Amino acid sequence: MNIQFLKELAATNQWHWILPEIILALLGVSVLLMDLFFRGDKDKKIAIVSIGAQFLVLFYFINNFSFMNSPDTVYAFSDMLKQNAFGNWCRVFFIICSILVSSLGVLYLKKNKLPSTEFYSLVLIATASLMIMVQSSHLLLLFITLETATVAFYVLISYGRNSSLSLEAGLKYLILGGTSSAILMLGIVLLYGVAGNPSMTGYSTDSMNFKELGHFISLNQGSSLLIAGVLLVIAGFCFKIAVVPFQIWVPDVYQGAPTPIAAFLGVASKASGFFVLINLLTGPFVHLKEILVPFLSVIAIGSILFGNIAAVTQRNVKRLMGLSGVAHAGYLMIGLVASFSVETHYIIYFYLLTYLLASFSVFGVMCSVSELDARQELEDYEDLAKSNTFLGFILIVGLGSLAGIPPLAGFIAKLLLFITAIKVKLYLLVAVAVIGVVISIYYYFGWIREATFRIFRIEDENNKHVSKDYESDLSAYHKILFGFVAILSIVFGLFQTVFRGFIW
Amino acid sequence: MKNVDLLLPLSIIIPALAGIFILLSKKESQGFWKSFTYIGFGFPLFSAIVLYSQFDETIHYNFKMKFLTGLEDFGITLHLGLNGISMPLFLMAGIVGFASGIYALQAKAERIRLYLFLLLIMQSGLMGVFSSIDIFFFYFFHEFALIPTFVMIGIWGGVGSRSTAMEMAIYLTLGALASLVGLLVIYTNSGMINHSFDFIALSHHLSNTPLETVLQQNIYGILLFGFGILVSLFPFHSWAPKSYSAAPTAAAMLHAGVLKKFGLYGIIQLISPLLPEGAAHWATILGWLALGNIVVIGLATISQTDLKQMVSYSSVMHMGYAFLGIASLNSIGTGGAVMLMFGHGLSVALLFLLTTCIYHRTDTFDMADMGGLASKAPVLSAFFITATMAGIGLPGFANFWGEFAVFIGIWGNESIQWMLYPAALGIVISAIYGLRAVAKVFYGQPSVNFQKHMEANTVRDLTTSEKIPALILIFSLLLAGFYPGFVSNLINRDIDGFKPDKIVEGIEQPATSIYLSHMESKNGQ
Repeated sequence: MNIQFLKELAATNQWHWILPEIILALLGVSVLLMDLFFRGDKDKKIAIVSIGAQFLVLFYFINNFSFMNSPDTVYAFSDMLKQNAFGNWCRVFFIICSILVSSLGVLYLKKNKLPSTEFYSLVLIATASLMIMVQSSHLLLLFITLETATVAFYVLISYGRNSSLSLEAGLKYLILGGTSSAILMLGIVLLYGVAGNPSMTGYSTDSMNFKELGHFISLNQGSSLLIAGVLLVIAGFCFKIAVVPFQIWVPDVYQGAPTPIAAFLGVASKASGFFVLINLLTGPFVHLKEILVPFLSVIAIGSILFGNIAAVTQRNVKRLMGLSGVAHAGYLMIGLVASFSVETHYIIYFYLLTYLLASFSVFGVMCSVSELDARQELEDYEDLAKSNTFLGFILIVGLGSLAGIPPLAGFIAKLLLFITAIKVKLYLLVAVAVIGVVISIYYYFGWIREATFRIFRIEDENNKHVSKDYESDLSAYHKILFGFVAILSIVFGLFQTVFRGFIW
Repeated sequence: MKNVDLLLPLSIIIPALAGIFILLSKKESQGFWKSFTYIGFGFPLFSAIVLYSQFDETIHYNFKMKFLTGLEDFGITLHLGLNGISMPLFLMAGIVGFASGIYALQAKAERIRLYLFLLLIMQSGLMGVFSSIDIFFFYFFHEFALIPTFVMIGIWGGVGSRSTAMEMAIYLTLGALASLVGLLVIYTNSGMINHSFDFIALSHHLSNTPLETVLQQNIYGILLFGFGILVSLFPFHSWAPKSYSAAPTAAAMLHAGVLKKFGLYGIIQLISPLLPEGAAHWATILGWLALGNIVVIGLATISQTDLKQMVSYSSVMHMGYAFLGIASLNSIGTGGAVMLMFGHGLSVALLFLLTTCIYHRTDTFDMADMGGLASKAPVLSAFFITATMAGIGLPGFANFWGEFAVFIGIWGNESIQWMLYPAALGIVISAIYGLRAVAKVFYGQPSVNFQKHMEANTVRDLTTSEKIPALILIFSLLLAGFYPGFVSNLINRDIDGFKPDKIVEGIEQPATSIYLSHMESKNGQ
């Protein structure tokens, strides 16, 4: 593709600031075209093109490191888009995510004999829109990018078209996602209407803009319509991050969705919600601390307790991952609550990064082990570590990091979160989080136990245990990728020097 | 920085590296992984001995080293060093680790390389726990050592090990997290401009500007709960006997012997100096709970019929004395607790080792099915009797000085003076179960089952590879027993000045050394 042409075109405008997104979106469209022209092993070629291009975009960011990390905040497209270091890091986050999802997709699509082109295309488009979404500083842009990503998700979740569970999940996500979009829209409209009302002090003609909105909110903190609007907007995003009481779709959708997409939902979609929320809460909504703190605290407590307790009873690992994700969202909510008093952007980012590494380790193993995608029971993992040490290792590292066990990265992330919360004296939330972590040991270690520990059985004629064979035909690429992700979980737990100076 | 300082970080890294090499090696290349096992366990012991000999009494923390891992903006650095309290425990960790390592080599476990790997990771964490000055890494290394225990119980434990491992993991995570939160509260409330986990900086700061009394009391309460679980303080002990009796021998030796001392070490070394008011506030309650350990668990120990269960319970029971020493709030009691930790670590490891040796000869842990083993295995019986004597706290063993100093400490604190009587009763209790076990296992007529077993199999005495680790432990116990200054001189130097001390006010010389040297000369006569 002719990048030079794009660069010249963009030189007159500020389009070059969103060059990575443009590349990804164009790529998403063009793989559909490539589908027509490629001959031979089409699936493989398209996978190589799309994953390779994503690596190039990632390389683009690494190459422009100083630009990425510049301390200035710049606005583009008449203040619709805000670019700063944090936004850039979020973009990198989503690219890493989409590389991993596409790579898992290779495994999934091959196993289930599904057409692959649309899969990559939709993942790319969803990624591009999520990347713009975290940089938006205008409610309209926010809503449009959110919808673009969500529509892509509707399709992706029901991608397993030969599985009724996948279709069911897609329908459920469609209905509830539509509802949540409506709620978000209602909130946005309320804010727009109130903030644009000329009879209010400090009204704005461009009231969807974060800066103007923030100014208006600081002058009218008592307005009940305004508060209703803010709460509705937050509620809309709470659906994305799947916290109580907007978590009800989680188990079914995770179970039914193709495993790579469940990972995509669990990591990218959740992260995007958090990145947007932290931008909103430290931006336009910062003056509503008194109202929002109790509201968010209740959500945090509810999510931690619900997620962990509900996950305890699960035998299906996909449901388990979904519900434990609710609990993780609850821990992250503590970071949001603390954000009113101290800077927590990077703590949330680091937590989500470790969550990404750990989740993809686990989902990677799930993609490699499963035969029937939706019916992954704990029993299917029996003796995994013994018959396939590599996958066992990846699984244990991933689960250990999710549980927050030293020396894995998840522990450091939880530690930093707890330090922040204790600094601003959120003792109750920390206490609940500790209880949550203790409960989570049961199901995370329960899974590890299933994978590693020998089971004593009375062997007789009727009850003969057939040891499962986890002969997996992972390609070298996947082995390196999974190994790398798992190793990073360990390395980031021991040395955090790489993050010094730019993450904190 | 002297060259010898490097031994400290190396004694943490080398076991872990050796473990990874063993895991990556081939099963057939026995010589390779065996030699790495010796290196992995031998090096910490070697460096502990060298460091002990190089210990400079005029410097507060010896062998200090600092590494930056990327969290220095949060006040977390890998700061290593040893003082008078941690040095003996570091040495003890080296000794017990080496003994358990040699023992594990000949244990012929299934998947032996994984077994050795986990054990070496544990060893690495243990060396780290006692050499960390940074409170964060102190906690970090503990967790590092704890996880292998869980896995080892799960994989090599007997029937029911899956649920035991789970129970232990949940219980200990609760304890660990509670103590983590307590430590974090100290960290965030210290009032330092740059928050720091560095113990030296923290104690320096907090000795000038102590925390508010109420806050101290609350934090100490949380930490006592957290550490109490980890050390199996009554009534949070229920995980311990189950786990130890399910754990493979080497893991039980390391956990009961060394890792469990983490909580006690944390209270003595870190928490009480930082939160003296909290320590004073909770002392009486702690004393009551410690009595629970001694009397209630002691009685439970008597009722055990399973030998390994009995040893497990007795290890829980003896923790009561260490807690009692802390509750006495004076330097002799606390110093006695450290001494007891040293002695108990060695003796309980020895007991677990010998118990398994007995099992290999009788094929059962049930004491009713044994008897008369002394005639077949005289050396084993001599060793076991020695270990039991050490456990009871007879003079001549390290434990004696620990318990003795604890008793003096309690006597010195008038508010809990009466606790001396039930505590002394504990000695009788441990004599009852200890001697009864010796009688049942080694003397009398062999039981019917054992008779049958002996007819079917030849019962041999201890093999050399079993003798060596046992002898190392016995030797160390006797060394500290006959020359307690070997340990107590170091403890004396650092135990003082940290506590609201009632007994030693106005005495120039540290109290522990007076009493101990006095008793030592008496013993020598």
